[in-house]
Amino acid sequence: MAKRIDVSGLNAYYGSFLAIEDISMTVEPRSVTAFIGPSGCGKSTFLRTLNRMHEVTPGGRVDGKVMLDDENLYGAGIDPVAVRREVGMVFQRPNPFPTMSVYDNVAAGLRLNGKYKKSQLDDIVEKSLKGANLWNEVKDRLNKPGSGLSGGQQQRLCIARAIAVEPNVLLMDEPCSALDPISTLAIEDLIGELKERFTIVIVTHNMQQAARVSDRTAFFNLAAVGQPGKLIEIDDTERIFSNPSVQATEDYISGRFG
Amino acid sequence: MSNATLSPRRDSLRGATLPKWFAWAVAAGSLALGYGISAAAGLHSDVQWALIAAVLFVVGSYAVSAKIEGARQAKDRTATSLVWVAFLLAVTPLASLLWETAERGVKVLDGYFLTHSMGVVADAEPGGGIYHALLGTLEQVGLAALISVPVGVLTAIYLVEYGRGKLAKAVTFFVDVMTGIPSIVAGLFILSLWVLILKMGPSGFAGSLALSILMIPVVVRSTEEMLKLVPNELREASLALGVPKWRTILKVVLPTSIGGIITGIMLAVARITGETAPVLLLVWGTDFINANPFQDPQESLPMYIYLQFGAGSDPAYDRAWAAALTLIAFIMILNLVARGIARWKAPR
Repeated sequence: MAKRIDVSGLNAYYGSFLAIEDISMTVEPRSVTAFIGPSGCGKSTFLRTLNRMHEVTPGGRVDGKVMLDDENLYGAGIDPVAVRREVGMVFQRPNPFPTMSVYDNVAAGLRLNGKYKKSQLDDIVEKSLKGANLWNEVKDRLNKPGSGLSGGQQQRLCIARAIAVEPNVLLMDEPCSALDPISTLAIEDLIGELKERFTIVIVTHNMQQAARVSDRTAFFNLAAVGQPGKLIEIDDTERIFSNPSVQATEDYISGRFG
Repeated sequence: MSNATLSPRRDSLRGATLPKWFAWAVAAGSLALGYGISAAAGLHSDVQWALIAAVLFVVGSYAVSAKIEGARQAKDRTATSLVWVAFLLAVTPLASLLWETAERGVKVLDGYFLTHSMGVVADAEPGGGIYHALLGTLEQVGLAALISVPVGVLTAIYLVEYGRGKLAKAVTFFVDVMTGIPSIVAGLFILSLWVLILKMGPSGFAGSLALSILMIPVVVRSTEEMLKLVPNELREASLALGVPKWRTILKVVLPTSIGGIITGIMLAVARITGETAPVLLLVWGTDFINANPFQDPQESLPMYIYLQFGAGSDPAYDRAWAAALTLIAFIMILNLVARGIARWKAPR
């Protein structure tokens, strides 16, 4: 299921503004890669280029190559809709569909993309909710509105919704920043389980979180406001947090700036 | 003393407060005083003594409160009393209009009135009814809605979800211009296009065309506002699941905003139901029942009211008031239905 991502020479623009410049990296399958860096350095923008969500923003534009195994996501004739089915995404703020029940939220990705039998859907919904460690909490209220859950439950609902379509890669954009420590712990545990099946990329502002959950860590930085963000280095998480090869990384991690 | 210039510090957080009934007492007092003053001065209009009472109320509550409670509370009371006066100024005409219409309208409003036409009734005779007008209004407004709702909602979807650049700007501009078109001009436009150039006769449908010119911009505007209220995060969540954009709009954006959209449509319907000018020009009016909106003149409620009032006899006046009451009731029911739908469909 999980696939390797290979990025080379990627630039992303908002209109004429170059937001991130010349990024190249490899994300290994069945691993967790964390992106850290100060606000505005382009972590989220880069994450959104990995499933072609960047171009949804008006003026958003990308050049460069993103290989998913052996297919270039920005190649000619690639359907962005198909890309997003392969590369799922969880957002910063929990965003369940307010008009849908818990069940319908999880089934949304499948239902909106084609016809499924009720029994098939039942199985997938149960499996996805179990996969998101939410089944026991919601199994008696599957037909209640999804927005009635707590913030942490909503975020796990969004994760269940994302994994229900069986993507190869799961992108997470600061998935815990709106959650309390207990819900955060629940999600971090979940990430540890999900990496058995998916390639996971997570953006986080919380460096302890990056150290706890990720196998590899990438540090992004920008020279000044208005300058494009750049990838400073990517390495094994242990190395980044103990003995990074670039001074800026060490300064950032030890809190000397940012 | 260095702090001699500062205001003296209060010993306690407790201040003098006037009792709850104070505002009512001042209101009653100023009403009585206003009535007394105008009686003494020989003023005859109700408006005059009501205005005197309103001024007395605002000034009186400020003065008493400033004396006892202090300057800040007095200002607070002034603002509150101004709001109350403004509220009464706005509500009085509305209430009196409803009362007047209801009182005069119930005289002839009954089952017979709703189910019979004016076919064999002369203007000066009692009897007759509004069945033909009611039928005409329902058909014309229904047809106008049938034209305007798809055009309006789709235009709004284009503007919010797809529109970028010059075309979207032009569409927005023309919708703004259309909002300002006087109804008589819409009527004249359809008259010249439909009746004079295309040589179609007067009919309910011609009226519907003019009404839809008035309705489309209202539907576009309200739908646009509702679609803009849908958080972008929901669109992104759906797109990130690999759902195509059109399905995202259909299955996520529209269901989230459908309550507000329907409310807007209902209000637009309510607005055009009372239009008289284009109907006069294009539907012409008849005393007989014509259930076919595509051929021959029809009647409609506003036109019925206008013609009956113009007829000038007492039975005709009664019929005009009863028809006005029916029209108001119809619009009120539409508004209530719209509110009900908005509440029922609101995302939980």
